[in-house]
Amino acid sequence: MSDQNLFAQQAANKRKSAWLIGGFLVFFAWIGFGGDYGLYLATRGLPPGNYHHLVPLIGIAATLVATGMAWTAWNRGDQKVLGASGAWELITPVTPEQQQLNNVVEEMAIAAGIPKPRIWVIPDKDPNAFATGRDPQHASIAVTEGLLALLSREELQAVVAHEMSHIRNYDIRLMTLLAAMVGAVGLISHFMLRSLRGVRLKKSGAPVALVVLLVWVLTLILAPIASAILSMAVSRKREYLADATGAQLNRNPLALATALEKVDAAPEATRSIIRGAGHLCIVDPGERKLASRAGFLSGLFESHPPIRLRVARLQGMGYAVNGER
Amino acid sequence: MPFVILLVVAAVLVLWLVGAYNGLIALKNQVVNAWKQIDVQLKRRHDLIPNLVNTVKGVMNFERSTLEAVISARNKAVGAQGVAATAKAEGELSQALGRLFALSESYPELKSSQNVLQLQEELTSTENKIGFARQLYNDVATQYNTRQAQFPTSLVAGLAKASPADLWEIEDAAERAVPNVDLSLDQPKA
Repeated sequence: MSDQNLFAQQAANKRKSAWLIGGFLVFFAWIGFGGDYGLYLATRGLPPGNYHHLVPLIGIAATLVATGMAWTAWNRGDQKVLGASGAWELITPVTPEQQQLNNVVEEMAIAAGIPKPRIWVIPDKDPNAFATGRDPQHASIAVTEGLLALLSREELQAVVAHEMSHIRNYDIRLMTLLAAMVGAVGLISHFMLRSLRGVRLKKSGAPVALVVLLVWVLTLILAPIASAILSMAVSRKREYLADATGAQLNRNPLALATALEKVDAAPEATRSIIRGAGHLCIVDPGERKLASRAGFLSGLFESHPPIRLRVARLQGMGYAVNGER
Repeated sequence: MPFVILLVVAAVLVLWLVGAYNGLIALKNQVVNAWKQIDVQLKRRHDLIPNLVNTVKGVMNFERSTLEAVISARNKAVGAQGVAATAKAEGELSQALGRLFALSESYPELKSSQNVLQLQEELTSTENKIGFARQLYNDVATQYNTRQAQFPTSLVAGLAKASPADLWEIEDAAERAVPNVDLSLDQPKA
């Protein structure tokens, strides 16, 4: 990737991350103040002496909570994702496998020209890997024990190169924020919809108010689905790019192709990686057999393009490189 | 009014000058830094080689000349100065090491030794790091060389004391050699 292109990728990811945080705050404010408005309408017609909802407490609380969540996602999002996967940090390599992982990460950090990220090992037999963090100075790479056992040195290097390019072009910032926020959106929507049950609007009157409330309820229902689709779509587009730029780091596209094929052949789901962080991984951590079905609708919810398409592209690159020699 | 226009033009010129100058200096420092990265890895390689030779010496007694070639190439590389000379000496060292590794394939007792395997992993990694550091160095140096030669940044090049950085050329005779292909068969041509 030329430097102009890399710079454009980094700028685009930083911009999208800022929009994501902004959208997240606006969503919570809308949910909160919308709820206040509904309560205001519901209590307006009541005779004096009853409770009248005049101060938008829910909106203020929701905005404050969202700000706190966004702050946590920014500062500690990577730790949350790593913590949820049960990963431990590899500081002093002991076994030959750990030594090799440590070396390979150092090699790829040199190739990418970024500081060496922190290394984490996930005690899971299924092969998978992901990168997380805020920027190249605060980045982590996590691989499962299964991956270390399955891949050759070259293939491991290719997987680490793929993750390293996610780090270098700031994919990790966008992806980690998404991982933290998708869960929060789902939670608040669920909570608000539940507390809505049994509420009746009496004499709400004005059609404008009805429309606002309708949109508000629709937002609550659609937001979790929309945010999930968003995170999957963002990730899908980034995977091809990371495959390609990773191959430029280790100059060996065929190694990543064979690594992906090997990982794809492993039938188990990566259980230690929770659903909300799936889009961070090099291959979808869900059931592989289920994920391989094709179709328009299933594609919407998939965080990764089908493995065979990624392998085909990498093989194309590999033969082009060899042909030039 | 003309005075204002003149002032604006002068301000734009000065801003461009500062930008171009700082850009060149930043690139120059990147080149220096990339070279230091290579240097660190080369030093590590030089430190590892005596270890390796000592470990395999007992087993590979018959390959004394190969071991000596590695040691002498290593000593030459330690003393090399400048990009071109370092690149040449390190290239020769890589070749000598390659021969040693190729020969070690025929010693099963070496392949089963944990110690040797560990050393080999360290050396492989160091070789890779040298390769990737070289890749980064050449990329940054090419960018620096292009920038200082391109108009109009070339006008500032003298001010920033910029001069073209040497690229790390591959001085590997085996990689450079054109294969000598003889297509003639034994029977005389008609």
